[in-house]
Amino acid sequence: MTLLPALPIVIPLATAAMCLATAASRRVQRRLALAGSSAQLVASIALLATVRSEGIQVLEVGSWAPPFGISLVADLLSASMTVITAIIGLATVVYSLQSMDANRERFGYYAILQVLLMGVSGSFLTGDAFNLFVWFEVMLMSSFVLLALGGEQEQLEGALTYVTINLFSSALFLSGAALLYGAVGTLNLADAAERLRGGNVPVYIEGALAMLFLTCFGIKAAIFPLFFWLPGSYHTPPIAVTAVFAGLLTKVGVYALVRFFTLVFPGHGVDVHGILVWLAGFTMVTGVLGAAAQSDVRRILSFHIVSQIGYMVMGLALATPLALAGTVFYLIHHILVKTNLFFVSGIVARMQGGYELSRVGGFASKPVVAGLFLIPALSLAGIPPLSGFFAKLALVKAGIEIESYGIVAAALGTSLLTLYSMTKIWNEAFWKAVPDGIAAPRSAGGIGLMLLPSIVLASLTVAIGLGAGWLFALSIDASSQLLDPRAYVDAVLGSRR
Amino acid sequence: MAPILAIAIGALFGTGLYLMLRRSLVKLVLGLSFLAHGANLLIFGVGGLVEGHPPIVAEGETVLVPPYADPLPQALILTAIVISFAVTAFALVLVYRARESLGSDDLDDLGGTRT
Repeated sequence: MTLLPALPIVIPLATAAMCLATAASRRVQRRLALAGSSAQLVASIALLATVRSEGIQVLEVGSWAPPFGISLVADLLSASMTVITAIIGLATVVYSLQSMDANRERFGYYAILQVLLMGVSGSFLTGDAFNLFVWFEVMLMSSFVLLALGGEQEQLEGALTYVTINLFSSALFLSGAALLYGAVGTLNLADAAERLRGGNVPVYIEGALAMLFLTCFGIKAAIFPLFFWLPGSYHTPPIAVTAVFAGLLTKVGVYALVRFFTLVFPGHGVDVHGILVWLAGFTMVTGVLGAAAQSDVRRILSFHIVSQIGYMVMGLALATPLALAGTVFYLIHHILVKTNLFFVSGIVARMQGGYELSRVGGFASKPVVAGLFLIPALSLAGIPPLSGFFAKLALVKAGIEIESYGIVAAALGTSLLTLYSMTKIWNEAFWKAVPDGIAAPRSAGGIGLMLLPSIVLASLTVAIGLGAGWLFALSIDASSQLLDPRAYVDAVLGSRR
Repeated sequence: MAPILAIAIGALFGTGLYLMLRRSLVKLVLGLSFLAHGANLLIFGVGGLVEGHPPIVAEGETVLVPPYADPLPQALILTAIVISFAVTAFALVLVYRARESLGSDDLDDLGGTRT
């Protein structure tokens, strides 16, 4: 047994505590946040390397044997997600150094951001249903504060929507966890999977449980028809907060869907996957159509989050090895790309003073910013050789292999519309001349530290595209772990059987 | 006992949802805490209701002999209560701030985030 799976949780917790203890000094907090996030990245990479070479890592917290204690479980999916969380965390800290205002920093921005990262990593690593609820709450509580910190009227209104829908979803999750305990007498996911497979639970109870979890994770992941809160709140906080939300939070919902519907409810009793296909298709199409009607960059990008979630759910719904590998690949690619798009839109707003497309223009004269937008935008639309192309290729190929032509058509159509949306932003912000009465873009107040994380994320997008084979091999291995939960169950319960 | 508990849980969920769908900000918060209470009682209910048998190992025994009241749901509820307490406190402050900045308690006056 190794303590490695606990590190991605413990490091941000310690960093947050130290940031709170040094609340008087912004300078110290910034350095602590940088150091903490870097340490988290190193620990997560070490965890992924260990999982890759030695198989699934299990940590029995407090040495309580499962299913009585809480287990932290790192399989390939969990470990990859913690690495990507740490990358986004570090990028956001660096980006915030220059983009966050002094007042928010003074009121504990860095500490809360670290708590958010702890909640996200915890959700990825836990192997226990109730513990997952607790991590969700840690993540939610810090996201509530990040969303409302600053207290501008628009922020408060956005936060009201966000808080209400998420608390409702939490109540559903809690009820689901309670009924799961009532039905199988355990909260350990591996143990619950074993007992449900045993077939002693009536199919209508299993079905009701699956639907409860589908609804509450569906709200978190913003799938159709439960996504309205997302474009209603994500554009209100400072851009660094929006970027980290956009990258990580909905993806925790997707991760929970993948975990539950491959491990606990793999579709023996109820045909969840048949429902998921429809949800995936509608999510893609409504998201991208919603984006077409918007003119605020942040709102366009928010609707695209919804649309992209559809692709990830599509892979889960098709549930073939290739499709699930596509989902894993898509998750990793999407987190990098989406966060970066928000970073770039923040840089554009900083240089010209707005997110409204009619009030920006003339960025073609700034080749660095233009390039930084173009790489993630084209990747989002799925243009080769960038990362998005391979993610979509895997999903579409998997769809054709099992002859689900409807969802394949939806995926390809959505891809075209995504390109249209990205072209719209490009035409307005970059190609168009500077609008009358608006100053030309200038790098006032320093944007170097905002450009740096954006450049790194863009390079990662290109690197994933050019070296897709490596990440795809990882995704295929993660997907075969997901499709054959035996290894997961044995790793968790092995010691007591 | 179980039927009464079931009715109470249903009533709490129903009242919570009804209050959440009202237009008042305060009722929204009340509704959310009713939902949380409903979920907490549900956890209590699924543990099975056993009267008069605390989970204490009797003298001369080494393990618990059924029937006994399941202690785990109570631990879960305790955690859930603490969480919902914190979240409700936050929601109350949020609603207070929103009311101050909006000058109204009516959800229909929210406009800035319409999509």
